[in-house]
Amino acid sequence: MKTLLPSKFGLYGGQFVPETLIPALIELEKAYVESETDSQFQVEFANALRDFVGRPTPITFAARLTQACGGARIYLKREDLCHTGAHKINNALGQALLAKRMGKNRVVAETGAGQHGVASATVSALLGLECIVYMGEVDIARQHPNVNRMKLLGATVVPVASGTKTLKDAINEAIRDWVTNVGTTHYLLGSALGPHPYPTMVRRYQSVIGSEATQQIQQITGRNPDALVACVGGGSNSIGIFSGFLTSPEVKIFGVEAGGSGVASGKHAARFGDPSKGRVGVIHGTRTYVLQNADGQIEDTHSISAGLDYAAIGPEHSMLRDAQRVTYTNVTDDEALEAFGVLCRLEGIIPALESSHAVAFAMKLAPAMRPDQTILINLSGRGDKDLDTILAIKANQP
Amino acid sequence: MKLPSRKLFIPYFPMGYPTIETSIDVIEALAKNGADIIEIGMSFSDPLADGPVIQQATQTALEQGITLEKTLESIAILRDRGVITPLVLMGYYNPLLAYGLDRFMKRCRQLQIVGLIIPDLPIEESGELRAELEDIPLIQMIAPTTPNDRIAELAPTAGGFIYLVSITGITGSGNSFSSALPNLIAAIRTHTSLPICIGFGINSTQKAKEMGSMADGVIVGSHLIREIGSSPAPAMAAAALARQFRAALDH
Repeated sequence: MKTLLPSKFGLYGGQFVPETLIPALIELEKAYVESETDSQFQVEFANALRDFVGRPTPITFAARLTQACGGARIYLKREDLCHTGAHKINNALGQALLAKRMGKNRVVAETGAGQHGVASATVSALLGLECIVYMGEVDIARQHPNVNRMKLLGATVVPVASGTKTLKDAINEAIRDWVTNVGTTHYLLGSALGPHPYPTMVRRYQSVIGSEATQQIQQITGRNPDALVACVGGGSNSIGIFSGFLTSPEVKIFGVEAGGSGVASGKHAARFGDPSKGRVGVIHGTRTYVLQNADGQIEDTHSISAGLDYAAIGPEHSMLRDAQRVTYTNVTDDEALEAFGVLCRLEGIIPALESSHAVAFAMKLAPAMRPDQTILINLSGRGDKDLDTILAIKANQP
Repeated sequence: MKLPSRKLFIPYFPMGYPTIETSIDVIEALAKNGADIIEIGMSFSDPLADGPVIQQATQTALEQGITLEKTLESIAILRDRGVITPLVLMGYYNPLLAYGLDRFMKRCRQLQIVGLIIPDLPIEESGELRAELEDIPLIQMIAPTTPNDRIAELAPTAGGFIYLVSITGITGSGNSFSSALPNLIAAIRTHTSLPICIGFGINSTQKAKEMGSMADGVIVGSHLIREIGSSPAPAMAAAALARQFRAALDH
């Protein structure tokens, strides 16, 4: 069966799924393609982004951070100000509207940090859908406030005890549910991952970040930024903002992976940062770079940030890396924590630990740039959910 | 594969569970007690088409140190012990890619493997592997969700046998088989003369008999793993189970 849209990004992507799911992917792609030219659907999505999510989100000049770094002017795209506190709601809303259009009244979602789970629970409440969220037991322990939020919003949170008990295993379990209930259920995948059409569809729903940002930064600074920085777990906030600037060659684009305890320690989630383990493979329906051992078993990952703690990266990022359009780098847990504290104290913004990775890299980049240059950071989410993690670390410090 | 003179009994067992040595003994016992074909599981860390029983068994196998290389070495041991039963390998795509598809297929030919089942490799993505297959068929799965026009596309080019998934779901789950099964079998039969074997959720000899009456054979996995894994004498348990399923299918 030929897909309606390209199913691959160069060598990457595709539809590596059990036969049971193939008809569901065909149905989903068809519904997505139709919805893209359905003006009523597009108006409904745009209105909900404005009236419910609170878009457009602003761009904030980080004056004191800029001063402290002593170089390029630093701007923040404020996805932390979205309803539910992160960019995840843009995609969740788009897919939930699509699920409703397909007549599917039950959605399943995976979540790592809990942000996508909260976003899915929220849009399900808004649209009257049944919502089941799969979450690894390790993540439930470190992101407990989000578990409570999901439950308040009427979702069922299913703890996942298999494998490493994190995001990867939650995705396995969500796919198993989808395989079993495919007639009634839409899989509301939260990142630019998985089989086609997900990476394309999720980028489209997150591209609102990039299209707003291109206009806003022009209005504020009169030109494109010199550097654009976003953190990359699966890669949805990053592909969302990158999509606005990929065809502007003057913009240097940086994707920041989770360096964990340092790439050399082996405890990290830097798919591009560790060539000994990060190799092209097939996981969760897509061909992409994935951390694996010599036998092709998927490796355990580590990051202080649950949202970046994932062994694979969205397939479009693999293509952008090969094409050298985006430079992928990583920062450690400690560097992200440092940046978290700096942004709190200098800007009055509590960033998510995921987003703190982007801030940490920008803080390295800025001093090497001129004061007439600019950096735009995608501040993908707010950090309220991380307070337990942060306070536990502080309590353990001498 | 030609239509068999008796109903095919195809047990699935993961190499390395509960230990590598025991799994070799179990598979030998299955071979000597009535299995027509044995489906040997190649373990993967993320088996997304499998239910809890196979997940746990393959996880245990990985903890026991099984690798794709050791799986193939264990099959060589079975061949040395005189096991001539046709063997099919079942596993996910990533470990094969990591091993190298050409190298993997070379080993399969040496070990006289008669088919591969790769649940996360639909026909659209299979070109790269097909280029290396030569005479070893990639066994096609067909599910209750597979529409007729897709059956018409899949069945004529399939090899070995048709793996008909009995339920919309994962391995080892549920009690209710899809009511669409008789129609599915009829639809598949119009496009191929290969044996049609039913798998997923066959957890008793009665169910095997029931499914066997509709199709050419049955694949039994989770049920065997559960019974064999909980037995103090796994190889003896495997032999007894194989004889029970053989008898149920023959009478």
